[in-house]
Amino acid sequence: MLRKSILLPLLLVTVTGMLQAQDINQLVANAKAKLGKVNDYEAKGRMKTNVTFLKVPVANVKVYFKAPSRMKIKSEKGVSFVPKGAVSINAGGALGGNGYTIIDAGTDKVGNTLVRVAKLLPLDENSEVVLSTVYIDPITSLILKSRTTTKENGTFELEMTFSRYAEFALPDKVIFSFNTKDYKLPKGVTFDFDDGSTVTQANKEKQKKGRAEITFSNYIINKGVSDEVFR
Amino acid sequence: MFNLLQIELYKISKRPRTYIAFAAITAIVVIFQLAFKADGKSYMDLMLQSVQDSFDIDKSKAINGYFMCYIILNTLLIQVPILVALIAGDAISGEANMGTLRLLLTKPVSRTKLILVKFAASVIYTIMLLVWMAVMALFLSLLIFGADDMLIFRVKGDESLILQITSDDIMWRYFAAFGYAAVALTVIAALAMLLSVFAENSIGPIIATVCIVIVCTVVSNINVPIIDKHVKPWLFTSYLVGWKGFFYIGTTADGEPIKGSLENWPAIRNSLYILAAHILVLLGSTVVIFRRKDILS
Repeated sequence: MLRKSILLPLLLVTVTGMLQAQDINQLVANAKAKLGKVNDYEAKGRMKTNVTFLKVPVANVKVYFKAPSRMKIKSEKGVSFVPKGAVSINAGGALGGNGYTIIDAGTDKVGNTLVRVAKLLPLDENSEVVLSTVYIDPITSLILKSRTTTKENGTFELEMTFSRYAEFALPDKVIFSFNTKDYKLPKGVTFDFDDGSTVTQANKEKQKKGRAEITFSNYIINKGVSDEVFR
Repeated sequence: MFNLLQIELYKISKRPRTYIAFAAITAIVVIFQLAFKADGKSYMDLMLQSVQDSFDIDKSKAINGYFMCYIILNTLLIQVPILVALIAGDAISGEANMGTLRLLLTKPVSRTKLILVKFAASVIYTIMLLVWMAVMALFLSLLIFGADDMLIFRVKGDESLILQITSDDIMWRYFAAFGYAAVALTVIAALAMLLSVFAENSIGPIIATVCIVIVCTVVSNINVPIIDKHVKPWLFTSYLVGWKGFFYIGTTADGEPIKGSLENWPAIRNSLYILAAHILVLLGSTVVIFRRKDILS
């Protein structure tokens, strides 16, 4: 028992130490190289949007990507609300280009996976992105989570789950969190039916944070995507 | 009874003012459709405002036949009571004005039956008006703008909401909404008919009906707690917009709309009961007063 209680922390320290030992620049380069395997893709998915003021159904969407950073989400049917900045749903969005300084921010956990944290500071002072933080699994070189802070559009957060297409660094599920602005209808235009229902305080507090969840069903990788799609 | 109803409907169909309402509805709907065809995007921009900063929305899809009909009804159903009053307010007073009421009552028809037949004729006229609205605002809009999911912009408490109803879940809501509107407008017909009993010309009851509707609508829209609690529940105008309840779709805890659901059916049902009670009271009063009335013209 005593031996176990000594060994476990020791093992943890050793693993953490090994993780730290891996050069963060190399790790980011590995993650980028993995993303580089994909020139374009077309994927089908189901998008669930969760924003307090928006009561919209789950949408069947098609996601198109073309390297280096062109991305389009289209609803297959009906009206869709696609979060702006959804371009960063592509994990490569955070690693696009080389114009940033990489800072090692240690280790963290995403779910049960121990990850390395890299902070990317853009070199261009006029860049819309202020700071990107990526959480990379050192074993698979996959970005499991990223957080991008922008000047104008607040902070986007991305969490990805990989399975079938991990080889191409393409997620099976993406959870995209973003900031939303207050929504107020102009007064006197709706003439609403007052059915006596009220808004709860909890709803009001949630109002400024939005979440979109895309579950991908299949990818068509490197088969070419027409430029027309992105217009 | 059926013969009497046929005669009343024939009388209504021969009055030029009957067609004023149909012409007015046609004009308003066509103007709306032309305006939205030309620049519906600006309206969408106004309604979506800050949402556009956070989301990409295909506005051309959002401006469709279903949405157009909702916008048109939103405006028209506030004005239609005036059009209903044009006919119902004339039902008894018009006969009195022409001097045919006394003659009519010499026939072997009870006064109660006469009132009920005239009321039924006014209700049929109201329904025809709504059917025409449905043809123009819904079916013509679908023809011009096509069908797609529908966005409902709503203020709930002090919160603004956007609800999305999928295209395969809309039509039944419109049928229900038009049915509700028929009940709501029947209240106006009953009110106009009651006032019509007291007058000897049509203008008085028509104007009085319109004035009552305007005053009650203004009071219904005053947001003062004491009025909200003690006055609004008694005003029929508070329930005229209840048809919108059919478009307030129920949602899951995550905010996902539940197909085929209503957010608050009990509120709609209670509104219908209250409107039905108004009809019964107004029509009952009309019958009682008319039966006791000394007909001199």
